[in-house]
Amino acid sequence: MEILLAFLIGILYASGIYMMLRRSLVKLIIGIILLGNGANLLIFLLGRITKDKPPIIPEHSKVFLDGFADPVPQALILTAIVISFGLQAFAIILIKRAYKVAKTDDLDQMNTTDEYA
Amino acid sequence: MINSILLYPLLFHFFVAIVALFFWRDTRIQRVISVAGSIIALFLSILLFREVWYNGIITMQSGNWKAPFGITMVADTLSATLVLLTNILGVAIAIYSSTSIISERAKFGYFPIFHLLLMGLTGAFITGDIFNLYVWFEVIIISSFVLLTIGGEKPQIEGAVKYFTLNILASVIFLTAIAVLYGLTGTLNMADLRLKIALVENQSLVDIAALIFFIGFGIKSAVFPLYFWLPASYHTPPAAVSAIFGGLLTKVGVYAMIRVFTLLFERSEFLDNLLILVAVLTILSGALGALIQNNIQKLFSYLIICHIGFMIAGLAMNTTVAFTGTVFYMIHDIVVKANLFLVGGFIYRLKGSYSMRQLGGLYQSHPKLSLLLLIPLFSLVGIPPLSGFWPKISLITAGLTTENYLLIAFIIFGSFVTLLVIAKLWSEVFWKESEPISFKANFKSFHSMKKKEQFSLVFAIALLAFVSLYIGFGAEHIQNLSSRIATELTTPQLYLDAVLKTK
Repeated sequence: MEILLAFLIGILYASGIYMMLRRSLVKLIIGIILLGNGANLLIFLLGRITKDKPPIIPEHSKVFLDGFADPVPQALILTAIVISFGLQAFAIILIKRAYKVAKTDDLDQMNTTDEYA
Repeated sequence: MINSILLYPLLFHFFVAIVALFFWRDTRIQRVISVAGSIIALFLSILLFREVWYNGIITMQSGNWKAPFGITMVADTLSATLVLLTNILGVAIAIYSSTSIISERAKFGYFPIFHLLLMGLTGAFITGDIFNLYVWFEVIIISSFVLLTIGGEKPQIEGAVKYFTLNILASVIFLTAIAVLYGLTGTLNMADLRLKIALVENQSLVDIAALIFFIGFGIKSAVFPLYFWLPASYHTPPAAVSAIFGGLLTKVGVYAMIRVFTLLFERSEFLDNLLILVAVLTILSGALGALIQNNIQKLFSYLIICHIGFMIAGLAMNTTVAFTGTVFYMIHDIVVKANLFLVGGFIYRLKGSYSMRQLGGLYQSHPKLSLLLLIPLFSLVGIPPLSGFWPKISLITAGLTTENYLLIAFIIFGSFVTLLVIAKLWSEVFWKESEPISFKANFKSFHSMKKKEQFSLVFAIALLAFVSLYIGFGAEHIQNLSSRIATELTTPQLYLDAVLKTK
């Protein structure tokens, strides 16, 4: 499972960066989304995957009896997902707007602010 | 509970933002709320600073979860100073934008978002938890995206696409670094991380995590070769927005870098050399970029990059004296860079252009105002006894003792180019004869404003100029403050004791 996830994360990072390097605005957003998902899965994987052991203390006991899944990474991922959801929503509106004012979706054409003026 | 004073500035900005939201349509009331709110927040941050100055580091455990289990808020002297500076800028820029932001922009929530940005900045400075720092970074960038794009002009949107992409990329990289660090240590509290990182067996993985942090914060603080988004976007929004970006946003990156590389990671030779190299190239590329610019706001953007290099140089040398220089430079730079963008916006109001070729004759037409505008410009150059001069003494002294002659050479080179650029700006904008520039349609020039509006623009610049003068003439106080901060940075045990309550 860990190996599988490690490969998946690698593919997500690689394809995310590849998509960000393309010239189209839409592919840029897809790249950002893929990268974000890769980072979330990375937190999940590095928080160690523990199967079938929820972090709940059993009845009639005051402490954990054996190993348990770490709840912190899941809280972190949840936070990160919500944040990236908000950012992606903003990004989609932004590229729609950018397409409208710049009349192109080619990032190489959007260089008026870099020109010497 | 006395420690909750730590949260007052942060919560108060949140409160102001919410109150301002209730007056969504009435931008006149929003302006009043924003100015009054910033002044009270400044007062609260002065209280916080006093408390930290007299009683040492304040910590607060949210929900009374003992560190390292809950989220810790910490105000050491560095955090308290930066919170204070943030709020000084907050007051000046709230006053400036109460006049300069037109109602068409303010109607889309400029003032609430402005206070959310200040809240994010305050939060980033006082948090003691690495993941919480990430969350505050996100609060900062989402607010800055909105401020950058409000108005929706073509250059703004184009600049925003670059700003947005690179900042999100930086956040993802930062998150990756947090994931690696959590995988190695199983903790997020910065004080606890220091203890646990030393125990990690596989130190090369720790080095990799440090490098990922460096890249993430490097994009945020615009160091070479990660700075290209900054000059592409910072000159596009209204001057008030550029001022808060130029004054504080890149410095949050530098702050995070200082925290991470003094508190979390032991410095290795490789990291030191990397920082030296990056500092040198940042100074060089910022200085050369500034030399050829014609748009004054863009020129200031390149100067930001150049002077970020000075701070990284101090961080690279890794001695108490060098940190003193870095912190002093940061204090000076936050105030003066924000003021420069306000000055740029003010010149635009007077003459209707940002182009140095078109501008001119300002000294002849407005001699008194020109003298006021001279203060931030000369402070930036660091003509003694103005504020930019003093931190360089510490930086160069540190360079001599650690035998980093390359850094000294480039710090002098950077200062020299800054002098050259500002002299050029002064002769082009203030001395040269000029043709009158025709104003754009519905452009509100300085002369067509009411007395009260004129006063608020001049007052904001004068306020920050006064703070700059204080930093210059009261350099002894600031030097004391900076060396105290530097001592705290080089002896992290103080921070650990305060957070983990080991004593």
